[in-house]
Amino acid sequence: MYDFDLVIPTSVDEASTAMKADGAQALGGGQTLLPTMKQRLAAPETLVKLSGLSELVGVNAASGTLSIGGATTHGQVADEASAYPALAALAGNIGDPAVRNRGTIGGSIANNDPAACYPAGVLGSGATVVTNTREISADDYFVDLFETALEEGEIVTGVNFPIPDAANYQKFDQPASRFALVGVFVAKFGDTVRVAVTGASNGGVFRWSEAEAALNANFSADALEGLAVDAGDLISDLHGSAEYRAHLVGVLTRRAVQACS
Amino acid sequence: MPKITMNINGRETSTEVENRTLLSTALRENLYLTGTHIGCDTSQCGACVVHVNGKAVKSCSVFAAELDGATVDTIEGQANADGSLNVIQQAFQDHHGLQCGFCTPGMVMSAAELLKVNPKPSEAEIRDYLEGNICRCTGYQGIVNAIMAASGQDVPSIAAE
Amino acid sequence: MPDGGIGAPTKRREDTRFLTGRGKYTDDFTPQNTSYCAFARSQVANGKINSVDMSAAAEMPGVLATFTGEDFVEVGGNPAGWAIVSRDGEPMKEPKRPVLAHGKVRHVGDAYAAVVAETLEQALDAVEAIEADIEELDAVIDMASAVAGSGSLVHDEIETNTCFDWGWIEDNRAATDEAIKAAPHVTTLELVNNRLVPNALEPRASIGEYDPGTGDYKLTTTSQNPHLSRLLIAAFVLGIPENKLTVLAPDVGGGFGSKIYHYSEEALVLAAAKKLGRPVKWTATRTESFLADAHGRDHVTKIELATEKDGTFIAFRTETMANVGAYLSNFATVTPTFLHGTLMAGNYTVPNVYVNVKAVFTNTAPVDAYRGAGRPEATYSLERVIDKCARELGMDPVEIRRKNFIKKDQYPYASAAGLEYDSGDYDALMDGLEKTADLAGFEARRAESAKNGKLRGLGINAYIEACGIAPSNLVGILGARVGLYDAATVRVNPTGNISVMVGAHSHGQGHETAFPQIVADMLGVDALSVDIVHGDTSKIPFGMGTYGSRSLAVCGSAVFRATEKIIVKATAIAAHMLEDKPENIEFNDGVFSIKGTNKNVGFGDVALKAYIPHDYPIEELEPGLEETAFYDPANFTYPSGAYASEVEVDPETGKVTICSMVALDDFGVVVNPMIVTGQVQGGLAQGIGQALLENSVYDKNGQLLSGSLMDYAMPRADDLPNLVVDHSHATRCTHNPIGSKGCGEAGAIGSPPTIVNAVVDALVRGGHDVDHIDMPVSPSRVWAAMNK
Repeated sequence: MYDFDLVIPTSVDEASTAMKADGAQALGGGQTLLPTMKQRLAAPETLVKLSGLSELVGVNAASGTLSIGGATTHGQVADEASAYPALAALAGNIGDPAVRNRGTIGGSIANNDPAACYPAGVLGSGATVVTNTREISADDYFVDLFETALEEGEIVTGVNFPIPDAANYQKFDQPASRFALVGVFVAKFGDTVRVAVTGASNGGVFRWSEAEAALNANFSADALEGLAVDAGDLISDLHGSAEYRAHLVGVLTRRAVQACS
Repeated sequence: MPKITMNINGRETSTEVENRTLLSTALRENLYLTGTHIGCDTSQCGACVVHVNGKAVKSCSVFAAELDGATVDTIEGQANADGSLNVIQQAFQDHHGLQCGFCTPGMVMSAAELLKVNPKPSEAEIRDYLEGNICRCTGYQGIVNAIMAASGQDVPSIAAE
Repeated sequence: MPDGGIGAPTKRREDTRFLTGRGKYTDDFTPQNTSYCAFARSQVANGKINSVDMSAAAEMPGVLATFTGEDFVEVGGNPAGWAIVSRDGEPMKEPKRPVLAHGKVRHVGDAYAAVVAETLEQALDAVEAIEADIEELDAVIDMASAVAGSGSLVHDEIETNTCFDWGWIEDNRAATDEAIKAAPHVTTLELVNNRLVPNALEPRASIGEYDPGTGDYKLTTTSQNPHLSRLLIAAFVLGIPENKLTVLAPDVGGGFGSKIYHYSEEALVLAAAKKLGRPVKWTATRTESFLADAHGRDHVTKIELATEKDGTFIAFRTETMANVGAYLSNFATVTPTFLHGTLMAGNYTVPNVYVNVKAVFTNTAPVDAYRGAGRPEATYSLERVIDKCARELGMDPVEIRRKNFIKKDQYPYASAAGLEYDSGDYDALMDGLEKTADLAGFEARRAESAKNGKLRGLGINAYIEACGIAPSNLVGILGARVGLYDAATVRVNPTGNISVMVGAHSHGQGHETAFPQIVADMLGVDALSVDIVHGDTSKIPFGMGTYGSRSLAVCGSAVFRATEKIIVKATAIAAHMLEDKPENIEFNDGVFSIKGTNKNVGFGDVALKAYIPHDYPIEELEPGLEETAFYDPANFTYPSGAYASEVEVDPETGKVTICSMVALDDFGVVVNPMIVTGQVQGGLAQGIGQALLENSVYDKNGQLLSGSLMDYAMPRADDLPNLVVDHSHATRCTHNPIGSKGCGEAGAIGSPPTIVNAVVDALVRGGHDVDHIDMPVSPSRVWAAMNK
């Protein structure tokens, strides 16, 4: 691993200042970044440690919104997000217990791995990503594979999730990494349904709008009959073809809807 | 190089590390605590699991420099005060929960956290909890049996056959 | 049986150090003044090395020495341990395997340069500064095209990619062809035995040391067989005199075959230590393990089974292409031949067997023996085609196997594939399986699964394997370049406790506990007074090490024979002490007595007398009580078993869940049933891993797609069911003194076809027209098979 400067700020303000340095990168739980650095595939000049900043840690539910601090670990969300059980379950099934004790929501969505679980939860919930400078709606936040709307030096300080009437996340594990081969998050707010798919697309997490339209009209697994995502945009690799992933998107969406009712 | 001080296995311990020094490296190279093992480079095998501030973490995926002031517990500090095996360690021996011994420190440390958060786990809960600990030798049967036994639950005696 | 003797489920004494973090593995050693080695590894599968410029690397901070292939042109290569002769009488092709690639790189990960520096990070920095001009050539990946010879060559100098084209037994070829042509029914199956990465949890590591004062070298390394490694390094690779090289294999974190072989990194750290006069250490990353450890399996096979209409077997004919990778690893040539072809009669009274194996060079990592080594490939082919045949004939899978089993009164049985099985009782195993796995209750369980929307299937398997390798005279005739005995020295210390130096190496198998059980049983002493010394060539006799489920059957037999010699000598000493003739002395439970009297002397007193020979028949007996035995087995041993598994398939996703796995094995005499149970369970997990999860995949350019644990799926606790193991249906091995057969590989041999048979059964019962799915039977493959 290349060496780097490590900044351990005591406040978000300090962190924001440190992030202005050239080549500075935020260090969350490090559960993805460190393996990448070990392979010498990443060479940040400065790492700004965000985990442990108390103002970035916490799970709070109030007036229909669940707010999670950017440096909150998956384990803490799994334990404390009882106001939003589908999200707690999603967090509790990321990685393994030791990874969940370190990995953070901010780190996960800043990285935007195409097979990560949180992007599906954030996009499927229509959540708002809060940074040190602004608020970004989930629909604007996830741009492409490993690419987000975050500017240089911008820090994810939290995510605000509107709590839906019903929601469910279905994850089909890639057998080696245990990331999502395909993951589908379904959330129902009144008559509006959001369906977000992770693991499947070369472009990262996406909303399955045809399914949303069908489910808006009739929130039942039957409404999905005959619908399929276009395999043309999907990932093919040694764990599954694009066609298989497209098929799984349908299966998991049905299962998520069934689990909601 | 930053000098950090950690409470390791109950003892205040200081050492100098580079920013890039992993906790696992600091433990093994600086402090000669070689019971913590490195089995992979993608944070998956779990041979390096230790407890930081009471929680299981993969020591290969944390920088030592982040941990100034932290409490770290490793396999070397798990035995009883008189040096005898603790309940979990003893159960691993009784139920043949190890063979080559390389994954064992991480397994024991993960099992310790599991039993802290879930004192009477079911077999399925144990298997699920061990997702981040790979053993290539045992087929996990002895490990699962050991953790069941360590939590005071009945398991078939290995000697029954 | 004394406490802790043969048959006792003694808890393992080695566990104490492993459970407290006090095991000592190679990477745990850092001698004073250690320097660190890193390798430059090829990023292309096939490439011409135009130049490797080390000048910039040599100038990097902390760099102490650099090496390229040029530096090793004058020394030897890493040899193949077994010579195979092709059907046409030509010897196999043996291109040189250099310490560092020279002229060409031949697989992704092939090391072509090395740097030694003060720290590991400095060595890695310097590797990045190497300027190498390597011209990428078309990669040889697909075996069929490689054999056809239309494209590139892996080794230009041998002018072919075929290492050998072997027939077994060539004289049976015509008769087998005739039998198949005339047979009323022939079942044909084409299958792939998937390529695996052993992935012992401890990555390989080596530390080279050199003492300029004495000229002595020391290699601390992750080896299953330190004497074999020393021999290869001394006699073939570096030419260091054997007496000047100590090879130390301390605690080793699993091997499964991958640590049998000598690897270039070991030679490099020794050469570098000599050059620098400092210890040189290298520890593999897991990424390096994927790229540069010997892989396993990788066969593409067509098998035919000819039968009578009633299911009586007439002939098996097999054509296999076996990938040996870019270079011949030490036992790459015997694994797909004599460890595979000779088992192709299985447990059956089939009269005709013929096997053709073409070994193929490709631009991939070398392939060699991995847990089971040839026998899993044989069993998988046989037991899959038998299942398919049963379905075609409308027979029950248990019935067709029973119909063709060798019966227990037919031993010794000369199989049509050239082996003489000494003992077994396959019907008893199958009887036991029917009970333990409750085969009669399957239908009810299937109906229950169907209610939950799942397709349930039952897989059955019977296997035989050959282990306890091997009779040196026989393997010599077949091409082995080494003997396959093992050795033990039993040293009774003056105070009566015992040190046993053994050639076998324990890296999870529990020798430190099990071997003393043999000695304790024979001498009537407490097993805890017996210690095993292993892993250090300066302390142990020349034994061949641990692989092929041989440690107990071969090295354990050497321990047995050496202990017998101890008893003979101790009896003579006791006779002197009791003032009688040795033939009048009997030895029971640690006490020597004059037959028919109560005059006796204890083992401890005899030991003391041996070393304090004040009153001792020095003209008749040497002082001391220490004996060595080399044991060379008379035959292979033949463990066998009957396995059953039930699986559920999710018809929507194709995901397979294993509901049950039951393994009944005949290992002969079991010394420590707890350890044997663990060995089988571990083997089952690896076999299930092969069947469902694991796959080492190269793309057409030779890039390893499954090059990390992110893409190579290792079995985890939640992938596996409870593993039910029973080794009570035992028949004694007739030709070794303990009566044991060997248990290390059985689980990995018997389980893959059991699982695949179960999955195919589930799909067929579910109405799908499926007769085979290649391993790993992943969800996507099952789904594709259901929706073809």
